[in-house]
Amino acid sequence: MEAVTQIKKRIEAAVPGAQISIVPNGSAANPPSLRVKRADALAVCRFLRDDPQLQFDYVSNVTGVDWLDSVVREKVRVLRMVEGVEREYEDEMEIKRPGRLEAIYHLYSMALKQGPLILRMRTENRGDRAHLPSLTPIWRGCELQEREAYDLFGIIFDGHPDLRRLLMWEGFKDHPMRKDYVEPDDSEYEPTPHDTVLERVRARELKRGRL
Amino acid sequence: MDEGLRNELNRQGVFTTTLEGLYNWGRKNSVWPLQFGLACCAIEMIATTMARYDLARFGSEIFRPSPRQADLMIVSGTVTKKMAPQIVRLYNQMPEPKYVIAMGACAISGGPFKQGYNVLKGIDRYLPVDVHIPGCPPRPEALIQAIMTLQQKIAEQSLNGEARPRHLQLEAPSEFPIPQYGEHDLVPPSNPNVWQPPRRVHT
Repeated sequence: MEAVTQIKKRIEAAVPGAQISIVPNGSAANPPSLRVKRADALAVCRFLRDDPQLQFDYVSNVTGVDWLDSVVREKVRVLRMVEGVEREYEDEMEIKRPGRLEAIYHLYSMALKQGPLILRMRTENRGDRAHLPSLTPIWRGCELQEREAYDLFGIIFDGHPDLRRLLMWEGFKDHPMRKDYVEPDDSEYEPTPHDTVLERVRARELKRGRL
Repeated sequence: MDEGLRNELNRQGVFTTTLEGLYNWGRKNSVWPLQFGLACCAIEMIATTMARYDLARFGSEIFRPSPRQADLMIVSGTVTKKMAPQIVRLYNQMPEPKYVIAMGACAISGGPFKQGYNVLKGIDRYLPVDVHIPGCPPRPEALIQAIMTLQQKIAEQSLNGEARPRHLQLEAPSEFPIPQYGEHDLVPPSNPNVWQPPRRVHT
């Protein structure tokens, strides 16, 4: 398979206006992934599927990632006036990163026996604008897996033929795989509680006066 | 009846029993289970019915596909919250006398997947369970021992008096309320008539 940088160049040549960025992944076992913008996603994926050198025709996995709102301290070079002389200083700034939801696709090519290529798509925020274009019109294998991502993360896939919950039931309100999901309190039936359940049990017992 | 007299009569070719003994003998030796496997324990249940650990020897010859014809439900596998109302519905459709075996750690208390968002922590929250089989999964021999324990339990039931089985008591419920799908959990999370959380005693 071509290198990810090469694939990126060819996508940008074939789909004009596509903005792709490479997300590094740290180790040799994990290839870097391509982050695709929501607006270009369908065109880019059609190219990935139809290009004779790539022929990615099999989606093996669709999963989701929940990025919470986070604050990152970064060192930034700032110009400052000190004693009449303007110099560059290193300053620490806090940058707020808004929370997003991300869908990750693992693509393989059965025809050319190559892969995986990893695609990432981010939503705008975790609340009301958590929409992504569905890749089911391009690869049928995404159908059930996008339903699972919708069920567990709350990512709404526009263009999905049948978007409903898969693992949980229809009226369920939460999205269990989000990082801020709180399980229903069931700590009454814990013979040997530990970790977070132990804290809940202790709080409950103290509230009841050690009943 | 006196044991000596019974042995004497047996030697003469006369067989005596009580109505209770006969009734229970017939019931315990023809327990027909419902085809009900949920997860990995179901594979062990199937292995128990196959040639090596043949369960048919104990009377469980046929696993009935319909709950109307079964009298034992072996809950084998993880009980998810999405499946729980259907399990209770199937149990309600079984005619009395009916028994439940909770096979494996998941059916007893949620098992290794207890912290899961969709796992019901034990089927005995909604149904009265007669025999619990620990194990993950329990060996086929353990399931056979559970069937034998159930047979012993049936043999010890009396026809009248306080210890009579549920199907001979007019006021005992044979159908249990089906949990509904709530917004965050099943509603109600357990059936208080069937299951109470263990009380912690601080000494």
